[in-house]
Amino acid sequence: MQMSGAQMVIEALKHEGVDTVFGYPGGAIMNVYDEIYKQNDFQHILTRHEQAAVHAAEGYAKVTGKVGVAMVTSGPGFTNAVTGIADAYMDSIPLVVISGQVPMSLIGTDAFQEIDSVGISRSCTKHNYLVTDAADLPRVLKEAFYLAATGRPGPVHVDIPKDVTAQIAEFDYSRPVEMETYKPTTKGNARQIKKAIDAIAAAKRPLLYLGGGVINANAADEVRAFAKLTGIPAVETFMARGTMGADNPLVISMLGMHGSYAANMAMSETDLIIGLGARFDDRVTGKLSEFAKNADVIHVDIDPASISKLVNAEYPIVGDVKYVVEEMSALAKGKIDAERYAPWLETIEHFNKLHPLGYEEEPGVIKPQWVIERIGQLLGEKANISTDVGQHQMWTAQFYPFSRPRQFISSGGLGTMGFGFPAAMGVKRGDMERVSINVTGDGSILMNIQELMTSVEYKLPVINVILNNHFLGMVRQWQTLFYDKRYSETDLSMQPNWVGLVESFGGVGYNVETKEEFDAALKDAVEKNVVAMINVNVSRFENVLPMVPAGGSLFNMMLEYKDK
Amino acid sequence: MMENERRVVSVILQNEASALSRITDLFSARGYNIESLTVAPIPESKYSRLTIATSGSVRVIEQIIKQLHKLIPVLRVYEHADLVEKEMAMVKFPITENLSDIETLSKAYNGKIVNVGNDMLIAMVADEPKRVSHYLEAVKRFNPKEIVRSGTVALER
Repeated sequence: MQMSGAQMVIEALKHEGVDTVFGYPGGAIMNVYDEIYKQNDFQHILTRHEQAAVHAAEGYAKVTGKVGVAMVTSGPGFTNAVTGIADAYMDSIPLVVISGQVPMSLIGTDAFQEIDSVGISRSCTKHNYLVTDAADLPRVLKEAFYLAATGRPGPVHVDIPKDVTAQIAEFDYSRPVEMETYKPTTKGNARQIKKAIDAIAAAKRPLLYLGGGVINANAADEVRAFAKLTGIPAVETFMARGTMGADNPLVISMLGMHGSYAANMAMSETDLIIGLGARFDDRVTGKLSEFAKNADVIHVDIDPASISKLVNAEYPIVGDVKYVVEEMSALAKGKIDAERYAPWLETIEHFNKLHPLGYEEEPGVIKPQWVIERIGQLLGEKANISTDVGQHQMWTAQFYPFSRPRQFISSGGLGTMGFGFPAAMGVKRGDMERVSINVTGDGSILMNIQELMTSVEYKLPVINVILNNHFLGMVRQWQTLFYDKRYSETDLSMQPNWVGLVESFGGVGYNVETKEEFDAALKDAVEKNVVAMINVNVSRFENVLPMVPAGGSLFNMMLEYKDK
Repeated sequence: MMENERRVVSVILQNEASALSRITDLFSARGYNIESLTVAPIPESKYSRLTIATSGSVRVIEQIIKQLHKLIPVLRVYEHADLVEKEMAMVKFPITENLSDIETLSKAYNGKIVNVGNDMLIAMVADEPKRVSHYLEAVKRFNPKEIVRSGTVALER
């Protein structure tokens, strides 16, 4: 069928089953937007900033497991989107980002709103395309969705010059993707898997080290089953929160810089790490030379480049975690004696009792950790929890009782302030049944505050809970601990009228000073089901603990900090 | 610190716009070293062949190979063990220099004089990179005016 490049974009999205596009129009992408106007196959959600469009697509992708789609114009439209794209790249989130480009005849002339978009996105996408002929569009868009979702997922960027969106060509979307150069390995090597099982059977203190790849691979059920079958305890990375379920007796909370004492000690004492979809990030390992010194490593990952990048793996297995863990379970039956690890579980229980995760209550003051626990008690499984970046993010990862994968949506790898609110909007769009909470800070929330308008307009209610300490809290914490309390540019005493701010956009706001007020505000916001901002004034100088100072060893944690 | 070693890697990649910059961007973004890089299309195919001479620790070399593999347009990566490696160099000399000495020296390095003009002559050699360096060292006494090296190409034996 003959059609314009712009029509092809719409048709391709239809064929891919896309129900939502987050975006912002502009000159170079106008032909496509004109076609969006004429169709009813998907909803376009107009965010108020391109960065937010990409974050919303990320939230949508993370909660649904589908490919998120964002659309922006050339030049500033695209450069605004880059932060979101980089964020998705770091956290392996499947996205297709379509951008307009100046007409082919103007490329390279420094034309109005021209920028070398594919040049910019090259280092923060899984792959990118500049489409120079409309006849290539069906193939390119099909490849883009395929690349985004398969192998190690990630963002794919398609840049389309304005004249190409107007060009007429043949549209045929039936041809299967044929990429001679791209064939991700999904089935792990059988011999390696067998060797890994032998190693587990011989180990005394094996430990499952679960990363975000488990969630990406939809392998949480398989991993839980494997843990149950073998009786091997598990630690979760920040990106893997919710994989095991908070009430699972085998999960030892989060590990790493702000991980629990028990999780970090387990990692330091284990004799066999079973790494699943985790990449040994520096926030997890601490000082590499001191990391899990007595352990051999089984490393299962779909990305061969992740294996042995930082920590040498004795048993490297390239493959899809879901498939590999299934194979491991089949082999482990009758071969691995869970009783063997009973003393190891006792040791971990001892670690747990020695320094449990906790905080000190103070009369008349709301502790930020309490707020997180309270949301967990009141909403638990019924909410999807997004966060921004900072102290509130770490407290959420530590104290929220995540019971399932895809419940926790946060910016891990890039650490993008401003991620939470638009992402929570995308989360709401992807899962209308559950309450969408964004736990944020008084610093982060202002970075994409304009999305209050989008949220109100499209009835995508997000409850923003601001843990307000009138500080750029995490930087302030580092200044307290490592810079002799020189609070350089982190004092945020100057604050807007939060309630007035959200009300001016048509949402509801609450100022909270007591625990009772918080309960009432959260209940009211959930009932009203509109965009809300709950501004909770929390204790100002609270620190995220425990903490492994950057570059320190996991077993050398700062467990408490007493201010002199 | 692990010892650095020199490696020559060949990459077969799709012959498309910006494919080369994907490779060079990878090296710069991840802080890998490029000693030389040569590239040309493979005749009668949609692929190009790149030869990269690089150096790094064993772990870095392993990452280079894996990361190259990860690039979508890359079909194959060869990490050569037993290879024949050649590089070309061209040198411009003043015509007043001793022609027959330059000719003899170039011959010893698998080369010859390829062009003679009014006030200059050009010699070229093609040999192992290390020997090319020796040649360039040896011809210093003939006051070379311009030198160009091609970068290395290699084939497995």
